[in-house]
Amino acid sequence: MFHRESGVFKTTYGADMALYPLPIAKWTIIALGVIFVGIVPFTVHEYYLSILNLIFIAIVGALGLNILVGYTGQISIGHGAFMSVGAYTAANLAVKLDLPFWLTLPAGGLMAALIGVVVGMPSLRIKGLYLAIATLAGQLIIEWTINRVPAISGGAQASIEVGRPSLLGFSFDTQGRLYFFLLFFAVLAIVATLNLVRSRIGRAFVAVRDQDIAAEIIGINIYRYKLLAFAISSFYAGVCGVLYTYYFGIANYEQFQLIVSIDYLAMIIIGGLGSVLGSILGAVFVTLLPIVIRILMENVGSLFFTAAEMANVISGLRLGVFGGLIIFFLIVEPEGLNRLWRNIRSYFRVWPFSY
Amino acid sequence: MREDLEFAFALLMSGASIGLMYSLIALGFVLVYKATDAINFAQGEFVMLAGMIVVTVLGFQSPLIAAIAVVVMVMIGFGFGLEKVVLRPLLGRPVVAVIMATIGVAAVLRGWGPLVLGIETRALPLPIGDEPIHLGPATLPPIQALGAVVAVLFFVVFSWFFKKSRMGVAMRAVADNQQVAQAMGINVERYFALAWAMAGIVSALGGVIWGSMLGVDVQLALVGLKVFPVVILGGLDSIGGALIGGLIIGIVESLAAGYLDPYVGGGTKDFAPYVLMILVLMIRPYGIFGRRQIERV
Repeated sequence: MFHRESGVFKTTYGADMALYPLPIAKWTIIALGVIFVGIVPFTVHEYYLSILNLIFIAIVGALGLNILVGYTGQISIGHGAFMSVGAYTAANLAVKLDLPFWLTLPAGGLMAALIGVVVGMPSLRIKGLYLAIATLAGQLIIEWTINRVPAISGGAQASIEVGRPSLLGFSFDTQGRLYFFLLFFAVLAIVATLNLVRSRIGRAFVAVRDQDIAAEIIGINIYRYKLLAFAISSFYAGVCGVLYTYYFGIANYEQFQLIVSIDYLAMIIIGGLGSVLGSILGAVFVTLLPIVIRILMENVGSLFFTAAEMANVISGLRLGVFGGLIIFFLIVEPEGLNRLWRNIRSYFRVWPFSY
Repeated sequence: MREDLEFAFALLMSGASIGLMYSLIALGFVLVYKATDAINFAQGEFVMLAGMIVVTVLGFQSPLIAAIAVVVMVMIGFGFGLEKVVLRPLLGRPVVAVIMATIGVAAVLRGWGPLVLGIETRALPLPIGDEPIHLGPATLPPIQALGAVVAVLFFVVFSWFFKKSRMGVAMRAVADNQQVAQAMGINVERYFALAWAMAGIVSALGGVIWGSMLGVDVQLALVGLKVFPVVILGGLDSIGGALIGGLIIGIVESLAAGYLDPYVGGGTKDFAPYVLMILVLMIRPYGIFGRRQIERV
């Protein structure tokens, strides 16, 4: 990832698709592993760890959405709702049946995948803007259902409290411990996505995105792959929702409203559509942005606003800046931060003799 | 029996008048889609912005008519500017890009609007009194009646515009086939900008009427979410469809609230339109009056 290539010498498809493009990439992975497992959790302050934890959760969700939007070219404005499906499934299982996280987590994901397929059904008949509207309807209907059906939402306030996840008697109850819990799933999601997109399925997704008719002619079953994309993507979203639930210790539908769907769309647009690294960069960027805005406003904004106004000002600023960034990246750099990073790398590929 | 009928009639009337008010906002959406093939996810935010501008201008002790004039001018300018800055660079890009750009616009308006024009909820009083209007057994708040009248008025004006006027015909040509329209000497870019400006006018009046009914704050933008069932049902590119779709959605909403709410504990109003919309998408995605030009996959 960080190594400097001297050129492109790949002569086979196998080499081009390899997980490690060069032997040195393994060393990068090992170095990153040492930093994130061995150094960061023991040296960084708890507050920053909590931010990292949020980033890990966001990475899972952004990867899922990117599989659908970036790789398969289907739009979804309903991912916030899919997360809430995962979150409430896991919370109900954990509280009512007292199941451990390694059962509730896949269960939440599978339930979200099921609902995702149902909401994605219209994609078989319609596409583009109609699909956007259909998933928007899915978001609103799921939100409404969860809010109104006490059997799902646990009655008052539509929220369910869950305990911290634990494994073999070891409880992930502090930010430092949750860090390992969430890091594991973030890495799992990254590796799974990397492997998915270079497999037969991933390439079929890209074919459907680029030209669905051509894809059908070369023998790709579009119906199956579109639904599969919805299933995989909402599975990720469901897992992301479960992770949020365990992280906050509560499942609450307010964490998964329409605005969350837009946040995640912002992540993959800013990060880069159709790229794993882009999803990660987008998740980091979008998670850090409100924190940076808050710090900035708390230091500078107190000159202009009273403390009571501050909360409104911060949330307004955050939304406004997100919207601006979405528009900016769509117009100026549709491939997002990932493209900027690639530009930097290809510049250094031939540096200092660029001619 | 008689009371049942009267109850149903009252529900129908209030549903129809609310529905016509939805049509008013849906009109702005349809105008843009008809001419430019762009989906405007920020329609509700347009309405919110217009409402905020009106109350801000009224805050300077100006007469209502002046405030409405100001907001119409500002929204026209806003429509032109938006088309120039955001939509034109995205010409020829996938439809998903345009959708996301308008979502971005919606976020910008929702974020900055209240910061610049005021966060708190403000009332927008219109000089029409609040004496309810009696129509047989049904009573209507005057603001709903006014909204319905304005919606029908706009419907008549725009129907004439697209059928008869030179500009309207040119706009339909642009919508139908951009290249051919250009070859016939129609300035496509100008008509794109014009469509957005017209959406601005409709939103300006929508903002006045909805703002007067609900009060002006960020929540006003949520009314935009009701636009989608209306336009899907009526057909995305049909002005008559927006009117009929609005009527049906309003009536469905009102009947659901009247007959289903007692059983499920309220809130079916926010639910029924979307269920209807999903059904329409499954069965007849181009709506009642829309062009049957949907690319099936």
